[in-house]
Amino acid sequence: MRNFLFCTSVLVLLWVSTPLQAALNIEIFGGGGNKIPIAVAPFNGERGLSQNISAIVSADLERTGLFKLIDATGLISQEPDQIRYLDWQSRGASALVVGSVSMLPDGRADIRFRLLDIVKQVQLTGFSGAVTSEQLRAFAHRVADIVYETLTGEPGVFSTRIAFIKKQGNRYALQVSDYDGFNARSLIEYTEPIISPAWSPDGGRIAYTSFEKKKPVVYVQVLATRERKAVANFKGSNSAPVWSPDGSKLAVVLTLHGGSQIYLINADGSGLQRISQSPGIDTEPSFSPDGRWLMFTSDRGGSPQIYRMPVSGGTAERLTFEGDYNVSPRYSTDGKRFVYIHRNAGRFSVAVQDLSTRQMQLLTDSNFDESPSFSPNNRMILYTTEIGGRGILSIVSSDGQVKSRLSRETGNIRGAVWGPLLKQ
Amino acid sequence: MKKIFAVLVICLLSACASDNTQQSSDVEDHSYGREGEGTKGDAGSGGFGMNPLQDPNNILSHRSVYFDFDSYTVKGEYRDLILAHAAYLRDNTNAQVLLQGNTDERGSREYNLALGQRRANSVRDVLLLSGARDQQVEAVSLGEEKPRALGNDESAWAENRRTDILYQGEY
Repeated sequence: MRNFLFCTSVLVLLWVSTPLQAALNIEIFGGGGNKIPIAVAPFNGERGLSQNISAIVSADLERTGLFKLIDATGLISQEPDQIRYLDWQSRGASALVVGSVSMLPDGRADIRFRLLDIVKQVQLTGFSGAVTSEQLRAFAHRVADIVYETLTGEPGVFSTRIAFIKKQGNRYALQVSDYDGFNARSLIEYTEPIISPAWSPDGGRIAYTSFEKKKPVVYVQVLATRERKAVANFKGSNSAPVWSPDGSKLAVVLTLHGGSQIYLINADGSGLQRISQSPGIDTEPSFSPDGRWLMFTSDRGGSPQIYRMPVSGGTAERLTFEGDYNVSPRYSTDGKRFVYIHRNAGRFSVAVQDLSTRQMQLLTDSNFDESPSFSPNNRMILYTTEIGGRGILSIVSSDGQVKSRLSRETGNIRGAVWGPLLKQ
Repeated sequence: MKKIFAVLVICLLSACASDNTQQSSDVEDHSYGREGEGTKGDAGSGGFGMNPLQDPNNILSHRSVYFDFDSYTVKGEYRDLILAHAAYLRDNTNAQVLLQGNTDERGSREYNLALGQRRANSVRDVLLLSGARDQQVEAVSLGEEKPRALGNDESAWAENRRTDILYQGEY
């Protein structure tokens, strides 16, 4: 789906006048003062479309916390030779996205977009494509990816997918959607709970815990065929699956020897191997990106705290010390940080800790946040927050400065997890 | 003749009440605690032929063990209940139970699953020490996923800090 531009429709790369490295000369690290000021002008002709392309691009860029969106009210997209750079400059923009839409006889929309450097008054990149109305959002996300990549030099994640559980009435659906919650489709639906979905590194499979057998059992399901298999259905409870970075194994939590402990199994369910050895609870494993470490929640110190230990076994090191309830750790994709849920004064908030400085930062101040996970480029964190008794899909930028709620529909969302960035 | 056969069946069921409990009842849901009250048809046998697991006057029809907040210690008040089930399992070697631990809804789902497991394990440990055999007992957790009480207050949470004892055929 995400490759539609390259296989199902015409893609023409236009006017690439400057290489990607020649991006705007702006420092993107740090707080509010260092955001890239960018304007996204309404695309000419987009009013007739079912999706507002420029609004999708703006929201994508803004959620990362790296951009300051400049108000484009009253200004429109113009052809390169007509652009009044001074108008945009006076509004404080350093970069400008313009575009136009024309309808093709077959009903598809031909969309052109350009990214311009306002200061140097040159075009940085641009492309066009012909898409169906179902492909409009994906096209807009692709535009945002290109803008993001051109200006920051790192990969954009606006074309990635997320998975989550949606509870509606007595039904539980494991759903996959665009990163912003749109285009959700159910992979499986049950009248019994489903929790803890986990993406395989290639994005092709999802492991999860289902209660359809009146006890928690871990399944792996193939997205393309919907074929599924119980990979951990041992006596007792089976839960908290995560994939090893090479996709060959799963870490799961079993109760074969009494309390909840972490085990490794092959992705087909064979080759069971116990990893953690504690008299207490060890759960919520998360692999380091190099596959050498497992981070997990344990109550071995008297309260639930986050630890890490070598996958090969050995001593566990405690990582969290503030407060008496720190749970649900997930490594960043560069292995330098982890995100988790910290309880303070009865509130469950998203926190992040840097593994080298051991500094923790609270990113939210909500009452009940759940299941945080990093975007593949580590610029954003997906989680759910409870509002009015139901879970809402939410994203916070990794600096905590930009928060956005994604859910629009009814239903109760939980267990959200960000999928991988797939190579094109 | 038919009557004799029916009585025979009832006696058989009560003797080895295990995987046939569903067929023996005209109610197919899981409300085992209340089932006996509305049971008709075997009134002639005056409860004599009743499945002890479903007889509201029998302690075996009680299936829930409640826990204090943040605790998985079995309270003294549930000792007789668990010992009665242990004795039943000892005497009915074909009987099997699923122990489902539950927690209230606060906190991480997976961590709550582990806490619920502890509550199930606590009941299992007493059963095994008191005559039940390992292969008769499976302790699992539903965590916070299947709350019996849906409220958002202490009384609802207390109702959900619980382990249920379910016999084969009841789940």
